Amino acid sequence: MTAEPTSRGRVWFEIFAQGGTVVPSGAASVLVADAPLPDAPLPDAPLPDAPLPDAPLPDAPLTGTTARVLAVVPDPHNPFPRARGGEVGLLEGWTLARHVRAAIDADTADETEPPGPRRPLLAIVDVTSQAYGRREEMLGIHLACAAAADAYAAARLAGHPVIALLVGKAMSGAFLAHGYQANRILALDAPGVVVHAMGPEAAARVTRRTVDDLHRLVEANLPMAYDIRSYRKLGFLHALLDGIDADAPTPAQVSRVRSAVAQAIDDARRGPRDLSNRLASPEAMHARAASLEVRRRLAEQWDER
Amino acid sequence: MTARERARAVLDEGSFRELLGPFDRLESPWLPRQGIVPQSDDGVVIARGTFDGDRAVVAAIESAFQGGSMGEVSATKIACALDLARRDCNAGNTVRPILFLESGGVRLQEANLGLGAIAEIHAALVALRRLTPVVGVIAGPVGCFGGMSLAAALCTTLIVTREARLGMNGPEVIEQEAGITELDAADRRLVWSLIGGAQRHATGFADVLVDDHLPDVGRALREAFARGTPPRHRSADVDRYLARLHDLARTADGDAVASLTPDDLRAAWPREHTDDR
Repeated sequence: MTAEPTSRGRVWFEIFAQGGTVVPSGAASVLVADAPLPDAPLPDAPLPDAPLPDAPLPDAPLTGTTARVLAVVPDPHNPFPRARGGEVGLLEGWTLARHVRAAIDADTADETEPPGPRRPLLAIVDVTSQAYGRREEMLGIHLACAAAADAYAAARLAGHPVIALLVGKAMSGAFLAHGYQANRILALDAPGVVVHAMGPEAAARVTRRTVDDLHRLVEANLPMAYDIRSYRKLGFLHALLDGIDADAPTPAQVSRVRSAVAQAIDDARRGPRDLSNRLASPEAMHARAASLEVRRRLAEQWDER
Repeated sequence: MTARERARAVLDEGSFRELLGPFDRLESPWLPRQGIVPQSDDGVVIARGTFDGDRAVVAAIESAFQGGSMGEVSATKIACALDLARRDCNAGNTVRPILFLESGGVRLQEANLGLGAIAEIHAALVALRRLTPVVGVIAGPVGCFGGMSLAAALCTTLIVTREARLGMNGPEVIEQEAGITELDAADRRLVWSLIGGAQRHATGFADVLVDDHLPDVGRALREAFARGTPPRHRSADVDRYLARLHDLARTADGDAVASLTPDDLRAAWPREHTDDR
């Protein structure tokens, strides 16, 4: 047996799977575990207003809620060769959907009175892209990715806190499938943590520019930026966690990230089940002013005056 | 036909009322900064009206503007229209949503804002289609790609023409990323045999194949709304699709489905299997 290729997705999956049970997923590229998370802050404990980690959170014990943790990782033996590098392909999309829906079904079937809180879902996001291939298209990779997005959205609507933790790449259709339907998105402020619609090399080719030209353009256009600090300014992030080694975190760093996840779960439980919080952030007021204007005026015009 | 003409034509005569139309001048704030002339509707037409006498909303993407790409404004117009339709449906005032999905996907000039707003379209679709069927139409040759192909996959019913294409990655992108041996994007016959409307219909990724002829589209829409919401949407049909994929992976050792042809797939995944979902 050769060693599994390392990836940030696997590193952080193993961190969050500690003390839990690994669930056989049916695909080597999709990791699933049910694992304990620290208790969320007590309901009457004040929640930090400032983005983490400026406001340190108390270290919580590793008991309490059991969360379902999901990650997509490289699999050099993937039966679909275009999805061997950590891409979200056919098997990955449908397998994520299966295990997200299994968590929804398990809590739906729980007939204890009163019903317990729905288990949190934690998507560890390190996805390089969707799989690019002829067979992927023929076999409906668009539907496979939609199935994963559908499952996460259904979980959110059913009341599961869905948290995405960005530890590496969160690219395009792969992020739409795995993470972008979360109630709360957290990201590590570390090199290599990237959100984008298309990698710079491909984007340069498609727009017929050099990569250097593209980077100059990107600097002047916030939505085109690749780095996570620029992405934060768009208002989609719940928290950006700095001072974390994304490849080899120290125990203290792990503890901080765990606490941030617990806080986000608690915050999600108190908030609406839609994505409206992404437009309510101070950053969105500025960067997404046009989105807010569209929503305001479309609502005004909806019913004939 | 332009998106506006399609929206007007599909609604009952005289009922078309455009929201955030050209005179509202809600255009992309990002394109001018990159030297690109914006359009006053940002390439999306939202219209209220009636369809067969029922309250309806149409969102139609104009593929002639920036390839039907989704920027902050255009994608948010669609997401918000779907959210408002859901609000009305929840209040007991059913609104029939009709989407014309001609889109190259995210507009690269507005990359992360387009992507984020497309995620909001997906969220809105999943929430709305429980209350009313959401019907998507892909008619023209531009096709439906990128994040909007996921939106098409989330529709309750998908209507396509033979000229239509539906795929996640455009052929040119696949050729660039994976090489011409993976896909020759200039080979139109090959491309349409893989992702064209007839193949998508035959293999169950689309529900109705029509000519791009208004009465036919109208009839297909009427039937889709009459069928109501299914017990399980295609994108939630997890066990069926996983079983199919694992079957393929088992039979093709090492390199799954290396030799699978579009005709093979028609035999393996015939559309009648999707009718009883």
